[in-house]
Amino acid sequence: MKLTFEVTISRKPGLSDPEGTTTLKALHHLGYSGVERASFGRVISIDIEAKNERAARELVDQMCTKLLANPVIESYAIDLAT
Amino acid sequence: MKIAVVVFPGTNCEHDIAHALALAGGEPDLVWHTDDDLSGAEGIVLPGGFAHGDYLRTGAIARFSPVMSEVERLATQGVPTLGICNGFQILCEAGLLPGALVANMGLKFICKPVHLRVESTKSVLTSAAAVGQVLQIPLNSYEGNFVADDVNAIEDEGLVVLRYSDTEGRIRESANPNGSTNAIACVSNAGGNVVGLMPHPERASEQILGSADGMVLVESFVESVRSVRV
Repeated sequence: MKLTFEVTISRKPGLSDPEGTTTLKALHHLGYSGVERASFGRVISIDIEAKNERAARELVDQMCTKLLANPVIESYAIDLAT
Repeated sequence: MKIAVVVFPGTNCEHDIAHALALAGGEPDLVWHTDDDLSGAEGIVLPGGFAHGDYLRTGAIARFSPVMSEVERLATQGVPTLGICNGFQILCEAGLLPGALVANMGLKFICKPVHLRVESTKSVLTSAAAVGQVLQIPLNSYEGNFVADDVNAIEDEGLVVLRYSDTEGRIRESANPNGSTNAIACVSNAGGNVVGLMPHPERASEQILGSADGMVLVESFVESVRSVRV
């Protein structure tokens, strides 16, 4: 079966996130004073052929730890796209 | 004494560092990233540039180039291994050095001379330098902001080799060009044989370039290659 997953890579909290910090400042400047955090990440859409969802998810998880995310600074979440 | 200077698609500082290594008496040898046999290399340099277009994350794709299994094998055996700028990012991605490099604080590409204070002479890059010595060397990067999940461990183990400083060697926020944690510009592994730094010593290798301060680093490295001989 062919499945599509959305992998969301996020900067770990507490680590330097210059894009997030700059965007947060800009939002405050625009008057959105209630915004407490703006954090940047990336979404990678993966189409994969596998025998079932579980097998596919395991492979995508492997891809995340090997290549897609850097465990030193990033965490990731894997969602099945609808 | 062969020093393998690894060239990835997008590397662009290989000739500069090869020139500086030769000035210091080294014997640089340019090696394409698909080469999976570095036997005979007594030192390794990963130069600056934009390997594989910096896609995904800087160094993330390059670390899986065929040559990298050899780099990992030799570096683990104690062969002096140096990553400059993009090469530093690749060594971090490969797990040969602690930490990671993210976008500069302020989101600007920084291209200017900076001052660096030598923190440790236990690395192959600083063996001929003196602790406290201040060097003026160009920085040329967008993702030069050093971060780590456990920076205290890096400090406690004495892995910080160079820090951004002012001209007097003082560590100040105003002298930290890119927001690096603890003003860290250069780290080594525990053995001191694997070193990465963001500034470019090869661009400060002759007085005609404005500074020859980088030569003490290049000379340290070449001398380490000569003396280590794994």
